[in-house]
Amino acid sequence: MTLGTRWSRPLTLAGLAVVPVAVLGVFFVLPVAGMLHEGFWADGSFDPGAVLEVLGRPRVHRVVWFTVWSATVATVVAVLLGLPAAHALHRLRFPGRDLVRAALLVPFVLPTVVVGVAFRQLLGEAGPLGFLRLDGTAIAILAGLVFFNVALVIRGVGTAWESLDPRPAEAAAALGAGPVQVFWTVTLPALRPAIVSAASVVFLFCATAFGVVLTLGGLRYSSVETEIYLLTTNLLDLQAAAALSILQLVAVAALLLVAGRLRAVPGGGADRVVARPRRPARGDTAALVATTVLLVLVAAPIATLVSGSLHVDGGWSLDNYRALTTDGTHQALLVPVTDALVTSLRTAVDATWMSLSMGLLVAFVVTRRSRSRAERRVRSGLDGFFMLPLGVSAVTLGFGFLITLDHPPIDLRDSPFLVPIAQALVALPLVVRTIVPVLAGINDRQRQAAASLGAGPLRAVLTVDLPVVWKPLLAASGFAFAASLGEFGATSFLARDDHPTVPIVIYRLIGHPGPMNFGMALAASVVLAATTTVVMLVVERLRVPSVGAF
Amino acid sequence: MKSTRALAALCALSALGLTASACSAVGQETDSSAADKQVVLVTHDSFVLPKKLEQEFEKQSGYQLVVRASGDAGQLTNKLVLTKDDPIGDVSFGVDNTFASRALDAGVFAPYSFHEPKGVSDYALPGDDQHRLTPVDNGNVCVNVDDTWFADHHLAPPKTLDDLTKPAYRDLFVLPGAATSSTGMAFLLSTIAAYGSGWQDYWSKLMDNGAELTAGWSDAYEVDFTQGGGKGDRPIVLSYDSSPAFTVPKGSSTSTTSALLDTCFEQVEYAGVLSGARNVAGAEAFVKFLETPEVQAALPESMYVFPVVDGVKLPTEWAKFAVQPTKPYAVDPAEIAAHRDEWLRDWSDVTSR
Amino acid sequence: MLTLDDVSVDYDGVPAVVDVTLDLPDGEVLAVLGPSGCGKSTLLRAVAGLETPSAGRIGWDGHDLAGVPTHKRGFALMFQDGQLFSHLTVGRNVGYALRIRRVRGPQVERRVAELLELVGLAGYAGRLPATLSGGERQRVALARSLAVEPRLILLDEPLSALDAGLRERLAAELREILRAAGTTALMVTHDHEEAFTVADRLAVMRGGRVVQSGPIAEVWRGPADPETALFLGYARVLHGDAAGVLLGAAAMPPAPAVAVRRSALIASPDGPLLGEVVSGRATPEQVRLVVAVPGVGEIDAVAPLDLHPGPGERLRLAVEAAKLAVIPAGGLPAAGAHSRDP
Repeated sequence: MTLGTRWSRPLTLAGLAVVPVAVLGVFFVLPVAGMLHEGFWADGSFDPGAVLEVLGRPRVHRVVWFTVWSATVATVVAVLLGLPAAHALHRLRFPGRDLVRAALLVPFVLPTVVVGVAFRQLLGEAGPLGFLRLDGTAIAILAGLVFFNVALVIRGVGTAWESLDPRPAEAAAALGAGPVQVFWTVTLPALRPAIVSAASVVFLFCATAFGVVLTLGGLRYSSVETEIYLLTTNLLDLQAAAALSILQLVAVAALLLVAGRLRAVPGGGADRVVARPRRPARGDTAALVATTVLLVLVAAPIATLVSGSLHVDGGWSLDNYRALTTDGTHQALLVPVTDALVTSLRTAVDATWMSLSMGLLVAFVVTRRSRSRAERRVRSGLDGFFMLPLGVSAVTLGFGFLITLDHPPIDLRDSPFLVPIAQALVALPLVVRTIVPVLAGINDRQRQAAASLGAGPLRAVLTVDLPVVWKPLLAASGFAFAASLGEFGATSFLARDDHPTVPIVIYRLIGHPGPMNFGMALAASVVLAATTTVVMLVVERLRVPSVGAF
Repeated sequence: MKSTRALAALCALSALGLTASACSAVGQETDSSAADKQVVLVTHDSFVLPKKLEQEFEKQSGYQLVVRASGDAGQLTNKLVLTKDDPIGDVSFGVDNTFASRALDAGVFAPYSFHEPKGVSDYALPGDDQHRLTPVDNGNVCVNVDDTWFADHHLAPPKTLDDLTKPAYRDLFVLPGAATSSTGMAFLLSTIAAYGSGWQDYWSKLMDNGAELTAGWSDAYEVDFTQGGGKGDRPIVLSYDSSPAFTVPKGSSTSTTSALLDTCFEQVEYAGVLSGARNVAGAEAFVKFLETPEVQAALPESMYVFPVVDGVKLPTEWAKFAVQPTKPYAVDPAEIAAHRDEWLRDWSDVTSR
Repeated sequence: MLTLDDVSVDYDGVPAVVDVTLDLPDGEVLAVLGPSGCGKSTLLRAVAGLETPSAGRIGWDGHDLAGVPTHKRGFALMFQDGQLFSHLTVGRNVGYALRIRRVRGPQVERRVAELLELVGLAGYAGRLPATLSGGERQRVALARSLAVEPRLILLDEPLSALDAGLRERLAAELREILRAAGTTALMVTHDHEEAFTVADRLAVMRGGRVVQSGPIAEVWRGPADPETALFLGYARVLHGDAAGVLLGAAAMPPAPAVAVRRSALIASPDGPLLGEVVSGRATPEQVRLVVAVPGVGEIDAVAPLDLHPGPGERLRLAVEAAKLAVIPAGGLPAAGAHSRDP
């Protein structure tokens, strides 16, 4: 083997990885490092002691404990509710299934401000569920977290379930295992990677949730994320913020490590049989009931939104929707909501192609078979690296952008690229987690066969990888698009005033006096939700049952 | 069959690509004008002015106005402090009297000379001897009450801070928290001004009397307040002295709410030229522009605040229903800067008990 | 006893199994033989309860099985590729059904050891399926199926994933194991050798229908139609005069068609037929020839190894009656009303 061939492979892979790594380096590592630097080098001298001292504060302990507790419980509940729905929506076929699937994804994109208001209208003392006295309790926070994230479980586990080889389950049934036993002994172990993947993403989203904790917790609860926000934006206590950010990063890294271990499965069939969705049978009643319950839970806050948006001065009216083309009463807005929707869609298109192209490169590099242990380590490290943006506060990132991206050659503070790039970084883990299992599932011998038939590396990818990966890619693009449409945290920091996105506009409307503004905010949220549903429905149509889980 | 699928896939992908290039937000920017022809305004996300006025400014000054608006006053201040060595703009509007000291201490603003219109100096920031900040608007954070609710319940509405702790008003008050809302912070400062070192006792009584805390102003007003968009069930809310102007039913000549003028804290928003600004002349022109009668007159409708320049005509509804307190509470800005952390920490302890 | 009465199975309106009627007495092994796509696996899945028949009745000892879910039928299904649970060890795979039935730990272990012994894999309990060879995996799958002494074991192409030598050996073992366990078994296969080795009874399926069934020797000796004959391993089917010549040479009564095995004609100095060698090829056991026989045409023949006739050479040939099978008139296309669709 000559030196040339020996090095060409790693070099090619490194070349492929360099773009996404560079993007993440500039738009994530650099800003976060900048903020940490501000914290550690307070007053010009390196002072790690002060940062560590923060971690000893009892308040920090309370905050960390609440964060871990709420994220864990919410993740468990989301998984428990999401599993039956994933079964019903991905293994069964019944009229309206696609619509329900798309509808359950709506919460994922709704701006927290609006959902917070909807939840509080529902749970508040005067609301229809006020008798439960949940407003301002930890349970309300958990409900909000589950509401936002259950779609991730349904999607992630559902796609895996869809492509699950039905034969082991049949073998178990033929050996005398009842449906419940089949589920526990065969289906669940087979779904484990998908469940772990989805759960880890949900956990990250829950642990870094911000608006939900503030709005629904009635200020009685603080999570690490809200604490960082307060420390940074209100108190400018960057040492404490840095301490908590470090804590977040370490925790996220640890979580990813554990999830990576749990996700690995022995074996893996080369040629798999994919079952077609079937009609619901008697045994599916439980799953269907659970799905219906979930649908009601998700629909209730949304119904509150819709009904609120249709109420003007105590009567039914479409005025709030008509007002969307105006600047709002008393000019609360610089641009009409319709313009903001166009901006949102454009930004989402950009964010989608950015996250897709980066995600594809990352997934490709991560799934190539490693020739050495070190190579494998580098790959799995890379895999985790791209999950990190999920675990870091948008505030840290936002402020970091301002203080680090201000020197040529990366003077990007005012670049129109910033918003889509920030959104792409948020969507990237979703894309990577959707595509990696699919690419990993391709038998390497297929590529070898293509090569032996004279196909070059690129050609081999086109013949072997692309046909398998394009459907999951569509699924991923839907996800990225939805994530981008709903992104608020980073966008609120970066959106330029003349081109706000819909969540930003909603936030502005709701923060200004005037009943019409409030109604318009609700109407705009409904429009955002409807847009998402339509986009997801289109993706559903294009996407035939696929392999892949996140 | 297979090949048609593949073809469809190809079509879908290329269509996606086409849409991507056509719908892209990137690339539609055309920054043809040179940077020295721009004035970059850094402000909070409540900043709004009528488009016509902004165009007027651009025409008269010859500069293109670029607005960077995000976050609240606190975020704005901290952003300016963090980027003071390489400012993100030329001029800033929106730092208020609760955050101004922090900005001045960090050297965010540069001194400049400018002949202020009459009345503006009444609102000058105490301690700003070098004239680095120019007052632009003011407003008061006041407790508001739903008069119709109190009439319906044959109850006299509260009048003072002390009243809010009385059993008659149990479970009726909702307010945004001081840690998450600048409105809430202003109310905390009211109580500190009113009770001095006894403010914590007041807050424990307030909380014992069933006051509800929310994350932001909109949660309190739009969800829990009886006259808000969500038709809540609490008739006392923390809001602004201008709020009653927004609760006048169509065709009615009275507002359904009123502000309690003995509970107010005055907020003043300032504009200033940033140290190290690239376009100092443009920045100064913009500050001057903010003090013109046209802008001052537009403030109430655009940003729900009162003008600081004397003799500016208020909108009719404001003149009628938005009554300003004569003696609002005040706390020295330097004092706020020095004690903000401590106060907030103590406040969190009292309210989360 | 398993009974199938006029069972049909559709996939979205496309018939996969049509009007199948079969009986399988206790203790016997029935092989359903057919080319791929003939519906035999679907039939098996219907018996297992994994597919619902669109018509007909599947019964066990007189009880209708309709509505009885797979796991309550007491049947065990063994897949073509074993379908071992890759996350469980060999021992836990084999003991799976026992644990499902809450058999106690020590008993499970004993039974697992016994079964692994039976399939020749003693000591493999701790291994993971991924570390086994194809043949070993199939044995584990078999042991797993036998664990709870199912009243019927369903074998879906149990050996076809294996290489030829192993398949032959394992087929014999499979028969021994099934005999020893006294299990009733229904096996589907496309390999007639496998069917002959393992089964007592045979049903031949084509196009979703059972075209012939019965004790294995009976079917073997009397294929119902030419296609069945070819599928059962007969090399050619001769019609009309050619059939007459051959039957005459074997001293059998004339018939319109006859199926001929490859080794039915043997080079023999006093044979009744004379043929000219067209080509020849030596195998380890005998020489395989293609000869041209007047009135018959080209046909396969064999010769002992020491005799190696070259092309063009003339040879006398004897016909072994046991290697001929007369096709009944009913199985021929010309037979009008009695014809079956291929």
